[in-house]
Amino acid sequence: MSWAGPDDVYLSTSLASYLDIVWGPYTSFYAAEKLLVLLRDGRKLMGTLCSFDQFANAVLESACERVIVGDLYCDIPLGLYVIRGENVVLIGELDLEREELPPHMTRVSVAEIRRAQKAEREASDLKGTMRKRMEFLDLD
Amino acid sequence: MLFFSYFKDLVGREVTVELKNDLAIRGTLHSVDQYLNIKLENTRVVDQDKYPHMLSVRNCFIRGSVVRYVQLPPDGVDVELLHDATRREARGG
Repeated sequence: MSWAGPDDVYLSTSLASYLDIVWGPYTSFYAAEKLLVLLRDGRKLMGTLCSFDQFANAVLESACERVIVGDLYCDIPLGLYVIRGENVVLIGELDLEREELPPHMTRVSVAEIRRAQKAEREASDLKGTMRKRMEFLDLD
Repeated sequence: MLFFSYFKDLVGREVTVELKNDLAIRGTLHSVDQYLNIKLENTRVVDQDKYPHMLSVRNCFIRGSVVRYVQLPPDGVDVELLHDATRREARGG
């Protein structure tokens, strides 16, 4: 099975027909639209789709990861990404006319979002250890 | 193939797809394939505040392997028909 190119848009998968709808059957693959790919580990990748196959393996061009922590968000540029299909949860078409994010969210720098991520992780770790210590109380 | 044909009959109806990561998406069923991959149109996420990144997604493709439940319209299930089809399948015909 070769990679899907402009000539074999008609694969039997619904991903293929989905892409037909996004681009129309005869338009070039590379006049692509921006997509959001949700991964199994919760990561959110955005980029333009170059290619895909029947397993939902996909190649994203000028991909970026959108990190959201509370009301803060940041787009971290990643470049060209090849995603293995089993890790894909959902592929969504981004409607550029709609608001991308709720207005109360603010964009911050990479360093700042990493800091926020770390703080969130530490908070949840702490919650975990506290819970573990209190286990003898038979909560729930 | 029973549920594949079953879902094909539901095309055009409004369903809620609940994923294994607890994300629940409501939308019009556009199509379904042999892996029970699902395509939804006019989607909205049930818990919008928890998933702000899904705000601008209007159509989406969901990989069949990550689906936990599909919530159907109440009149979308013909129990008698499904019983018959299931029995036929069990008999191997």
